[in-house]
Amino acid sequence: MGEYFTLFMGAVIVNNFVLTRFLGLCIFFGVSKNLNASIGMGMAVTSVMTLSSILAWIVYNYVLHPYGLTFLTTAVFVVLVASFVQLLEMIIKKHAPALYGMWGIYLVLIATNCIVLGVPLLNAESNFGFVKSIVFAIGSGAGFALAIILMASLREKLQYADVPKSLEGLGIAFVLAGMLALSFMGFSGMIPL
Amino acid sequence: MNNNDSLWDIFYKGLFDQNPIFRLALSLCPALAVTSTAINALAMGLSVMFVITANNTVISLFRRWVNPKVRVPVYITSIATIVTVVQLVLEAYFPELFRALSIYLALIVVFAIILARAEVFAAKNTVVPSFFDGLGMGTGFAGAMVLIGVIRELFGAGTIFGLEVFGAGYDPILIMILPPGGFILIGLMIGAFNIYSARQAKIGAARAKACTACAQGSEA
Repeated sequence: MGEYFTLFMGAVIVNNFVLTRFLGLCIFFGVSKNLNASIGMGMAVTSVMTLSSILAWIVYNYVLHPYGLTFLTTAVFVVLVASFVQLLEMIIKKHAPALYGMWGIYLVLIATNCIVLGVPLLNAESNFGFVKSIVFAIGSGAGFALAIILMASLREKLQYADVPKSLEGLGIAFVLAGMLALSFMGFSGMIPL
Repeated sequence: MNNNDSLWDIFYKGLFDQNPIFRLALSLCPALAVTSTAINALAMGLSVMFVITANNTVISLFRRWVNPKVRVPVYITSIATIVTVVQLVLEAYFPELFRALSIYLALIVVFAIILARAEVFAAKNTVVPSFFDGLGMGTGFAGAMVLIGVIRELFGAGTIFGLEVFGAGYDPILIMILPPGGFILIGLMIGAFNIYSARQAKIGAARAKACTACAQGSEA
């Protein structure tokens, strides 16, 4: 149990996906202008990531690895994740239109995204077991959600600040992310890796 | 795309006007993670350059036979194949770099810039312009990566490509090779790029104004 907890906390704060691994930056900067949107995005990413890592784990451990096809991992995972997200989108659209209204747009955005693909790849690379993969995926998703929600709260306040003209928009957002990453560095060393 | 554009123009626009890192803010994910040393940044930049050029060529070759409805899966499969080739080559000949780039190499598959060039340019143009479009975008990407890598390595470790620059007495600014330094540096560089573009635009406008003035002056 302790091992899983360490893995989870490590993925959330020590090795935060956005702030120390630089994954998912496109949506991190794209969607963090608004707090509500960032909460939706965080939830969507966490659930899609968890489901797709389960799927990827099964394919990797029952197809790719036993048949010596690990060199195809990249190609198989990207097709798997992209088609899974499309399928999920169709199912939600058909059976839960209200949910689709809330989340549909985020699903389209994360169909081919480095963070959703990154977790299955890391799971495969570190040879995680089934439960470990799920814990790692949930932790990574929670870490992403934490980072994007913090960032959105900061950026909403930033709208009232007087930013130098050349840094407006993306420039100051990066500097801000740097500050955020700096504060997350305080956690490093808390969990031995 | 206009037919009058020369191949040089197609190539050159990727370097500055539409530089993939500073201008379009696409495909940022890798830019920071592997730029803590110049050599890693160069390896990543060259890999992306190869993938984008090869993919543009392939897509433009097959553009007649790809049904628009399935074009995105086709693009993704093509990109994934080329990325796998790059991975295998790096693993075989440069195992150290392969380990340093780790999963970021595989993640080239989902770089928005590569898919965007296939969709926007290669799907509508013949092979030669598509090749140069990919080469230009790739060079712009690689150049920006190396620039960031050199600055981070120089201040963070006092070296460039592993060669000592500041001498033994230099006390490295460690934050530069850590993630926060990468974020802050990119933010400031985007700012600097904006200032440069604004100044270029102003010079252009002033020149145009001066010319109208001189033309009017000579008339009078």
